[in-house]
Amino acid sequence: MSRAFGLAVLSLAFALVLATQPVRAQGAPTSGNSGQTSGVSRLDDSVRKLSSELRCPVCQGESIQESPADLAKEMRRVVRDQLAAGRSTEEVKAYFVSKYGEWILLEPKARGVNLTVYLLPFLMLIGGAVLILYSVRRWTHPRTGSVPDSPAP
Amino acid sequence: MSWKRSLIASLFALPILALLAFGTTRDPRIITSPLPGHAAPAFALAVFSYPTDAPSPQAAQAMRDTVRLDSLKGKVVVLNFWASWCLACRDEHAALSAAATALRGDDVRFYGVLYQDVPENGREWIARMGGQTYEGLYDPKTRTAIDYGLYGVPETFFIGRDGRVRYKHVGAVTTQVVMDTVRALLADKVK
Repeated sequence: MSRAFGLAVLSLAFALVLATQPVRAQGAPTSGNSGQTSGVSRLDDSVRKLSSELRCPVCQGESIQESPADLAKEMRRVVRDQLAAGRSTEEVKAYFVSKYGEWILLEPKARGVNLTVYLLPFLMLIGGAVLILYSVRRWTHPRTGSVPDSPAP
Repeated sequence: MSWKRSLIASLFALPILALLAFGTTRDPRIITSPLPGHAAPAFALAVFSYPTDAPSPQAAQAMRDTVRLDSLKGKVVVLNFWASWCLACRDEHAALSAAATALRGDDVRFYGVLYQDVPENGREWIARMGGQTYEGLYDPKTRTAIDYGLYGVPETFFIGRDGRVRYKHVGAVTTQVVMDTVRALLADKVK
């Protein structure tokens, strides 16, 4: 029993590692080619990073960084101008949220109803692990598992 | 045993079904603008076309070169974003021009802001549509449009006397919508 439990915990931890991996891999290419550390390329990098977090109002499924739409192009310029003027990433994001609503953020803020999106996968993982544990116990102890369930007279 | 199973199954299935049902009532393409109720973003835009039916040359003269929202405090402003390449803009053009003519003399100003287009095309379009009874403004870097959270044309903003955005209309407007909204805003007391 404790071995099965240990196995379940281990597989859960492994699943968590797998689940968080793609996020890091996705973030990598945008900041990957930041070899130089001159002011211009640093601005380029932060423009690219912030632009990939903002949704394009025209194509909607894409960030303004990926979108070829004219509006996205102009929005990238707005991002650049505001960052160059010394505004922080959060201030620029707040600007776009004040104009387009929270819809403009590709990654919703982790609060309120949005929390469902963040917590549900983990809840499902835990639920799945419990289910597997339960099934494994029933499979490995078919007789002894079913006898104590029904109170023998 | 089997009723227990179906109970557990429905415990899982029902919330998912409810969520999906809720999803069908929402259109993800509709972006709810956070602007109504807030101060209208300031702008200073160049006039690229004057009313083609200006009652007197002086009226056209009075609105020279740049229109600033700051200088329109106390007036109702109808800000219509449009483009010569936009099909729905053709449908609403007559309605806007008619409303602007009908409300001329009231404390309301109509402006058509050109969106991602060049003034030459805009002027040509206005001529082809048989004129326009209000000024056309040029937004060269789309900054004003982004300030207003635009995602397509036509979109029309109604700004109250207090300088706040009161209503945003997405898609072609009708004369009725414009007249009713402007009249309601004109009835508001000046703060």
